[in-house]
Amino acid sequence: MSALPVQARTLAGLAKGLKQREFSSVELTRTFLDRIASSQPVLNAFVTVTHDAALAAAAVADRRLERGEAPALTGVPIAHKDIFCTEGVLTTCGSKMLSNFVSPYDATVVTRLKEAGTVMLGKANMDEFAMGSSNETSHFGPVRNPWNTAMVPGGSSGGSAAAVAARLAPAATATDTGGSIRQPAALCGVTGIKPTYGRVSRYGMIAFASSLDQGGLITISAEDAALLLGAISGFDPRDSTSVEAPVPDYTATLADSLAGVRIGLVREFFDAGLDPRCEARIREALTVYEKLGATLVDVSCPNLPLSVPTYYVVAPAECSSNLARFDGVRFGHRCENPKSLVDLYRRSRGEGFGAEVKRRIMTGTYVLSAGYYDAYYLKAQRVRELISRDFAAAFGHCDVLVGPTSPTPAFPIGAKTADPITMYLNDIYTIGANLAGLPGMSIPCGFADGLPVGLQLVGPHFSEARMLNIAHRYQTETDWHLRVPAAFA
Amino acid sequence: MSTTMATNVEWEVVIGLEIHAQLATRSKIFSASATAYGAAPNSQANLVDLGYPGVLPVLNAEAVRMALKFGLAIGAKIAPRSVFARKNYFYPDLPKGYQISQYELPIVAEGSLDVVMDDGTRKRVGITRAHLEEDAGKSLHESLPGVTGIDLNRAGTPLIEIVSEPDMRSAREAIAYMKKVHTLVRYLEICDGNMQEGSFRCDANVSVRPKGQQKFGTRAEIKNLNSFRFVEKAINYEIARQVELIEGGGKVVQETRLYDPDKGETRSMRSKEEANDYRYFPDPDLLPVVVEESLLEAVRRSLPELPDQKAARFASQYGLSDYDAGVLTASREMAAFFEVVVAKVGKEPKLCANWVMGDFSAFLNKDGLELAASKVDAAGLAGLVSRILDDTISGKIAKDVFEAMWAEGKGADAIIEAKGLRQITDTGAIETAIDAVMAKNPGQLSDYRSGKDKLFGFFVGQVMKATGGKANPAQLNELLKKKLAG
Repeated sequence: MSALPVQARTLAGLAKGLKQREFSSVELTRTFLDRIASSQPVLNAFVTVTHDAALAAAAVADRRLERGEAPALTGVPIAHKDIFCTEGVLTTCGSKMLSNFVSPYDATVVTRLKEAGTVMLGKANMDEFAMGSSNETSHFGPVRNPWNTAMVPGGSSGGSAAAVAARLAPAATATDTGGSIRQPAALCGVTGIKPTYGRVSRYGMIAFASSLDQGGLITISAEDAALLLGAISGFDPRDSTSVEAPVPDYTATLADSLAGVRIGLVREFFDAGLDPRCEARIREALTVYEKLGATLVDVSCPNLPLSVPTYYVVAPAECSSNLARFDGVRFGHRCENPKSLVDLYRRSRGEGFGAEVKRRIMTGTYVLSAGYYDAYYLKAQRVRELISRDFAAAFGHCDVLVGPTSPTPAFPIGAKTADPITMYLNDIYTIGANLAGLPGMSIPCGFADGLPVGLQLVGPHFSEARMLNIAHRYQTETDWHLRVPAAFA
Repeated sequence: MSTTMATNVEWEVVIGLEIHAQLATRSKIFSASATAYGAAPNSQANLVDLGYPGVLPVLNAEAVRMALKFGLAIGAKIAPRSVFARKNYFYPDLPKGYQISQYELPIVAEGSLDVVMDDGTRKRVGITRAHLEEDAGKSLHESLPGVTGIDLNRAGTPLIEIVSEPDMRSAREAIAYMKKVHTLVRYLEICDGNMQEGSFRCDANVSVRPKGQQKFGTRAEIKNLNSFRFVEKAINYEIARQVELIEGGGKVVQETRLYDPDKGETRSMRSKEEANDYRYFPDPDLLPVVVEESLLEAVRRSLPELPDQKAARFASQYGLSDYDAGVLTASREMAAFFEVVVAKVGKEPKLCANWVMGDFSAFLNKDGLELAASKVDAAGLAGLVSRILDDTISGKIAKDVFEAMWAEGKGADAIIEAKGLRQITDTGAIETAIDAVMAKNPGQLSDYRSGKDKLFGFFVGQVMKATGGKANPAQLNELLKKKLAG
C-alpha cells in the first residue's frame, strides 16, 4: 500500500475522502503514523505514538464508515497535546515529573473527540507543564520547526504546531495560557484557535494557570478549526468554569460576507518591538480584508503593555498552587529512598521539575506570600481588570482586533534560553486575550525570509463563529495556510 | 471567671472557639464520593479527592444549603457572593497541596447565639463568621509498623467552620456555647454531632488579662478538641498555665498547642514564627457562590422550630423553668420524646419533665444509649407517670417500677401487678401497720409524745418498711399524725 498524499489535503478534505471511501481510515492512519515515524528523529514532535491503538481505532472507524452511520469526523486521525489526560496512555505534560504517569481517565476534550469519531495518533511534545514559548523546556527534548529545523517551533504547543505544519497529523489539540496555541501556530505557519475562556472544558487538561488556561486547536485551516471546535465546545458539569452557552454550528457561517465588518487595529500591537518584516505581512493582510469589504479602524488599549508583567504575576501564582500536588506521594516521579517526609518532597520535586517550572513556582510562591500579596497578586488582578475594560471599550468601535501574533518569526534554538525576560516578551501580543478571557486566533499570512508569519485575530467573548468566518474568508483569498515545508511536501 | 492570685491581680479569661462541624451531605463538597464514616481506607476517594492531574472541583449545592441553614438560624448576614480560596501547605493527607476553604469572603458573617448557664444567667456569644471548607485526609501512624499510611476517605468531606468572637470568660461558658452550637447543628440536621468520629470538634483560643484591662492578652490556640470534657480541661489547664507563667515574670507567646488527654496538659506544637504562610488566594477553579434571594427564602422555609423557640414555647406552654426547658430542648429527639409523654399523660408536664430529665436520662446515660435505642419508649414512660398520678403507686415505688421496666422491657402495669407494688390506700390496712409499729417502739413513742417531733420521720420509715413501701404517703402522713397524737 503506497502512502497517501495527505499533505495536499486539509482535515475537511480528508474527512470527505473517508466518507466517500476514497481511502480507508486505516490507510490514512498508517500514512500519518509513517510520517510521524520518519520525522521523529528530526522534529521530535511527539512524546508518545499510540501506533497499535490508532490502527485498531481506525479499523473500528472503517467498519462504522462502511455502515454509513458514522459522525462527521469518523476515522480522522488527530494528535493530542500531552497535557490532555488520555486513559491508559502516558500523559507527561512534557515533564520528568510525569514521565511515568499513565492517566486513568480521559480529559473531556479527548472524550468528545473520541465520540466525534477521531482516531488518536499520539501525544504531542510540549514545553514542560506548558511553561515556555519555544518548546525548549520539554523534558523530552526540543521540538524543531519544520520550516527550518535550526529554529524553534514556538511554544508551549510546539509539538502540536510542528506536527500539523509537517502534516504528521491534520490537526492537533493544544492549550493556550498566554499564547501557547497562537504563537506556535504563527511560527509554524498553521492555524490556531484559543476559544473564549469557559468555551471548552478544562477537565483532564493538566492545569498550569487555571484562570488563563484554555483548550483549543491547531489546524491547517479555519474550516478545519470550525469542524473540530464544534466537537470540543460546550458546558461540562465537571468544570465549574465552563460556560453553559449553546454551541453554534461554526461551519455554517464560515462563508458569510465581510462587508461592513470593522477591523480594529490596536495601536499597542504595532510597537517598536515588532519586526518590520512581520509588520509588512500584517499590512498586506489588511489590504486583503479591505478588498473583502471590511473597514479598518484605529483603536487603543492603553493598559495592554502591562500585560506581560501582569501575566507573570498571575500565572506563576496559580501554577505555584496547581503544581503542589506533584509531591511524590500518589503519582509521578518519586525520589529514591526518601529519608523523611521533607526529603521526599524536596528531592521528588527538585528532581522532577525543570528550571523554568521551578522559576515560576518560586515567583508564584513569592507573590502570594504574606506581605507581598497586595503589592503583586492583588495589583496584578486590578491591572487585569483594566486590560479587560480596554478590550471591552475597543469592541465598542470594532468587531474584531487584528494584529501580529508574535513580534518576530521563529528564532534559533538556544537563542533565548539564557534570558527568560526576552523569552517572555514573545507573548507580548497574545497574553492580553488570556487575561481578558477573549477568543483569539492566529492564521498564516506570509513569510519573512522563509519563516512563517502569523496574523492574530482577537474577538469579543463567544465570537468564535465570527472570528472563524473572518479567518476563513482570508483563507479563501490566500493560500499561505496550504503551504507545506519542502522537506515534508 | 475571675481568679484571684497571691499577687492580688485579678485575672480575666478570654476565650474564643473555632468549631468544625462536618456537614451531613451524602457526597463530598467537591466530588461525588460518599462521606460515610468507617469505610475501608481509601475506598471513598475518587480521582478528585486524590488530587489527580487535570481534575477539577465541583461544588456540592447541598453543602451550601446547609451553611445557609446555619447562617439563618444564628441570625447572621448571608453573603450574596462568597468566594472559595486555596490555603496552601504541604502535607501527605492534603492531596492537592492546598485546602479549599473560604477566606476573605465567607458565606456567613456576624451572627450570635444566646447561651443559658445552669444558674439561669444568659450570655450572648457573637459569631464572627462561618465558612465552608473541605476536610483533609488522615495520616495513620500506628496501624502500619515503620511507615505512615494515608487514608483519604475523609479528604473533601464538607465542613463548616464556626468562628466565635472572644466573648467567653470561662471554660464553663465555652462549654455552654459549644453545647448550644452542637444542639443547633443537630436540630438543623446539618451535622450528626458525633464527636468520637470527629464530626464535631473545636480549637480554643485562650488568653488572660488583668481584670479591667482593655487590651487582650497574648493568646494560645489549642487544637483539635473532640469532647466537651477535653475542652473544659484543656482550657482550665491553659488558664492556669498562662497565669502561672505571667505571675512568675514570664510572657505568654502566641503559639499553637496540642491537648494531651492522657496527661491532661497542653503542649506547644508550633510558635507564630514557625507557622505556615498559607498564601491564600481565590480558587480559580470555582466560581463565586452566589446566593439568590429565592434560595435563601426556600432555606428559610425549611428551617425547623429552633432550640430557643422551642425552649421558650416549653417554658410558657408547660410552665417549665428556663433551665428545664433548655435541658429538654437540647436535642430535637428529647424534646419530641417529652412532648409525646406529656400528650399521653395529659397533665402535670412538670412531673413528666422531671421523669424525662431524671431517671429516664440517667438510665440512658448509664447504658450509653441514644434516645432512639432506649429500652423504655415514650408511651411506656407516660404509662408509669399516669400510675403515679392516679395513686396506683408512689413516686418512690415508681423508681423501682421504672428500673424493672428498663430491665424487663415490660409496661408499668405488668410490673406493678407481677410484683404486687400497688399502693395501699386501704385506711384500715395502713392503720393496722401503724398500730403494730407503735406497739413495737414504745420508747420512741413516748419521746415523740414528749416533744421530739423529729421522730415523725422514724415512724414513717418504719411503716413504709412494714408495708414494703406501698402505703400511700399522703394517707400515711395523715393517719400517723392522728395516731401518734394519741
